[in-house]
Amino acid sequence: MRTTLTVNGERHDLSHDERLSLLDAIRDQIGLTGTKKGCDHGQCGACTVHVNGRRVNSCLTLAAMHDGDEITTIEGLGTPDAPGAMQASFQACDGFQCGFCTAGQIMSASAVLEEIGRGEPSHVSSSLSSIDGMTDGELAERMSGNLCRCSAYPMIRAAIARAAEAAE
Amino acid sequence: MSVSKPLPHDAAKLHVTGTARYVDDIPTPANALHLAFGLSPISAGRIKSMDLDPVRAAPGVVAVWAADDLPGPCDCSPSNHDEPLLSDGTIHYAGQPLFLVAATSHHAARRATRAAQVEYEEAKPILTIDEALAANSRFEDGPRIWSRGDTAGALKDAPHSVEGSIEIGGQEHFYLEGQAALAMPQEGGDMVVHSSTQHPTEIQHKVAEALGLPMHAVRVETRRMGGGFGGKESQGNALAVACSVVAAATGRPARMRYDRDDDFVITGKRHDFRIAYRAGFDDDGRLAAVEFVHWTRCGWSMDLSLPVADRAMLHADNAYFVPNFRIESHRLRTNMQSATAFRGFGGPQGMAAMERVVDHVAHALGRDPLEVRRVNYYAAAGGSAPMPAAPSRDASGQKKTGDGAEAPEVTRGAMEEDATSRGAQSVTPVHEGHAATGVQTTPYGMPVEDFILHEMTDALAERCDYDARRAAVARRNAANPVLKRGIALTPVKFGISFTLTHLNQAGALVHVYQDGSIVMNHGGTEMGQGLFLKVAQVAADRFGVGIEAVKITATDTAKVPNTSATAASSGSDLNGMAVKAACDEIRGRMAAHLAALHQADAGSVRFEDGQVHVGGQVLSFAEAAKECYLGRVSLSATGFYKTPKLEWDRIKGQGRPFFYFAYGAACSEVVVDTLTGEHRILSTHILHDCGRSLNPAVDRGQIEGGFVQGVGWLTSEELVWDDKGRLRTHAPSTYKIPACSDRPDVFEVDLWDGENREETIYRSKAVGEPPFMLGISVLMALSDAVAACGDAYPALDAPATPERVLAAIEGVRGA
Ligand code: FES
Ligand code: FES
Repeated sequence: MRTTLTVNGERHDLSHDERLSLLDAIRDQIGLTGTKKGCDHGQCGACTVHVNGRRVNSCLTLAAMHDGDEITTIEGLGTPDAPGAMQASFQACDGFQCGFCTAGQIMSASAVLEEIGRGEPSHVSSSLSSIDGMTDGELAERMSGNLCRCSAYPMIRAAIARAAEAAE
Repeated sequence: MSVSKPLPHDAAKLHVTGTARYVDDIPTPANALHLAFGLSPISAGRIKSMDLDPVRAAPGVVAVWAADDLPGPCDCSPSNHDEPLLSDGTIHYAGQPLFLVAATSHHAARRATRAAQVEYEEAKPILTIDEALAANSRFEDGPRIWSRGDTAGALKDAPHSVEGSIEIGGQEHFYLEGQAALAMPQEGGDMVVHSSTQHPTEIQHKVAEALGLPMHAVRVETRRMGGGFGGKESQGNALAVACSVVAAATGRPARMRYDRDDDFVITGKRHDFRIAYRAGFDDDGRLAAVEFVHWTRCGWSMDLSLPVADRAMLHADNAYFVPNFRIESHRLRTNMQSATAFRGFGGPQGMAAMERVVDHVAHALGRDPLEVRRVNYYAAAGGSAPMPAAPSRDASGQKKTGDGAEAPEVTRGAMEEDATSRGAQSVTPVHEGHAATGVQTTPYGMPVEDFILHEMTDALAERCDYDARRAAVARRNAANPVLKRGIALTPVKFGISFTLTHLNQAGALVHVYQDGSIVMNHGGTEMGQGLFLKVAQVAADRFGVGIEAVKITATDTAKVPNTSATAASSGSDLNGMAVKAACDEIRGRMAAHLAALHQADAGSVRFEDGQVHVGGQVLSFAEAAKECYLGRVSLSATGFYKTPKLEWDRIKGQGRPFFYFAYGAACSEVVVDTLTGEHRILSTHILHDCGRSLNPAVDRGQIEGGFVQGVGWLTSEELVWDDKGRLRTHAPSTYKIPACSDRPDVFEVDLWDGENREETIYRSKAVGEPPFMLGISVLMALSDAVAACGDAYPALDAPATPERVLAAIEGVRGA
């Protein structure tokens, strides 16, 4: 079957098996390997990308479901010489060790700031209608779907807090 | 100077932009083959018949191999030659590879494996410790036993005693990047292998053996791993061998990566242990004698189980002097994944049991466990231990080779073995009588000359306000029937060095180019621990240049040969020294040439701030390099290092297996909901000894990460096999590793301000494994909280899941 995806602003016409996941489309067909496969089960967050501005575990969704969608991957946020804000913050705070979870952490984190900005509550928010801003607890809860086996969590939290401060 | 600075990670900008490459990100030609194993669903028995024709007929399949189709056994074992790549007909565990499929895509290969028609003859598996003991299913002839003093007599004579046992679960590595390899055939039958491995030389060795090639025909490259934690010391062998066999047979590149579930089901994990103990002590809790029996399930093959079980024995004393000590260790063969290296390598299990003993003793006497810990600590290093007056800046600790002073090292038994693996079993003879008087020795006879836990414990107890908090915990517990708090401060003393003495060597290769840029290569591998950065800092410091002048390149068996695994926390100790030796060689040549050129004394040439000072002249480092090149000076050198002072007889359990000890202490406070067993860490304070840290930022990351991983092991990570030997927790949905939200609310980490007594690289200390065991503070704090629920001793097993905590609460109440 055929699907058209716009990835990081560039249009890709794919011809593929119906069962192709969005993650495999990005890595194997489009050749952007910054997005990682940690579990292929929607449980680690390493494959997080943005679809039309919202974070998605790309291993859990089929490429075919995204015909016409705008996808942003880690490569779309910036480059080594011109990193995006969240990327620069992770770099400044050493928000990683082995780096394998990092793309997913950054994609997730940048979406989290927007979710909080839009006033979308989380499990730890004090009520459905009001959230307490970018508190440590909010950030940690919202990032709990992105596993880091190196447990670089303190630095990851510091990196997100730094970016959140800059954004507020 | 670049060392001792918190410089950021070398690949930082690549990691944050998704451009850092791992094995599975390496582009391959369109004709590359993708591999998958067909796995056994049963844990013991035989293959009655196996029809692979339907697999061959499946879409995308190019070729299929069963054991008979391979060029030989293609052994994957790091020790005993007992791991054929594919089952030879006998099935040893559920998850064992039976056949190998090469297809045009990863998914095609995986789907095709399901088409196989296999009939099995099932046998009753040996799964539990009791089943293994009943069947005498074990490695080595019988238990390994080490002892000191008269343990039986001292136990009898002691005024008090306790006994009990603790079960300590295993742990899945869950490196976020699963196992992966890629083999590319070269001209003349040579093979290049990219492998996500901690041990490139081992991969080279196993691939060469499988293909019947000399090692020089195989080159292995490892740029980085997405986590290793010991799980990539031997467990990558099968993928690399499979890819190489397929690449050799087809002439096409071959790549393989395990999907997460397969990775769980195929590869080995941390060893689980049952440890029984008896301890005799006086009214103050001073231990007169301790006796341990370790039983560990090693799984189906030997792998690295012997040195793992040895290291558990070597840490059975943890930080405590026990005059009479006996330890017996049973290494059991079971029909499960072959348990393997995992951060700490058995040390954590041995140490956790000793902490349990101390906790039990304190409970029996109604004392604060910290008091009992202090009473039993080894004597302070202080007086007798000579500290160097001024830290020597030149800390290479190397003897010039060929000075004739050293007797040649004779290592028995390593010749026919896989000598670069920790699975080898050679013995280095021990020369008697080197323990200085007045220094206490470990049960295995090693003097503890550098003991700093008295001071560290005092400092940490003060920093975290231990006494006041302990009193507050007791007050709250008295007032609150449902939520119970617990607090514990536990020490770590961890031995640094490979216990297989000859592995304590490393090589390096350094080039200086005529523009002053530097390339550095060594045998260590990077898995997120910051090794490459630390070692590059050393090189930059030796040449007095900025870190950006030093290029860090992938580990490559063609550049530095015969390397040891990046394991046993030894990475920067060994490779840092080897790189330093190479740099100093080049620096010496440069200084001699420049001094002659500028009529100065070679000894007065200084390399600093990107400049070289010769006599009155100042050259940039690039100008200096250019002058040396024009003067026909060799700007390339190898470096070599071997750790001094080691001698160890693992059969007798005597000698000095470690160069030094690394220390740490952690205090954790927890709260338990006694209605559900659920618990939370309220705070953790850590004080950890990195010697004179090479890079405080990297070390802090290792400490935090190690602690959290240790807590995961002891609280939430539970491996469950069913009664047929099938692993039921084979995905993150059922196997819970710590997440971002699991971090303690208060988490403070400080580095101990000190330096290594031994001459290590810039007097630093290894930091990869020791902090893992700081997690024991949480298990002991949970024990403390449970103890508040009743009178009996909690005897809490690990992992202390809510279920186990609840059972322990019922236990102490029922008593
Ligand atoms: S790979 Fe998608 S969540 Fe793990
Ligand atoms: S940095 Fe290794 S998994 Fe997060």
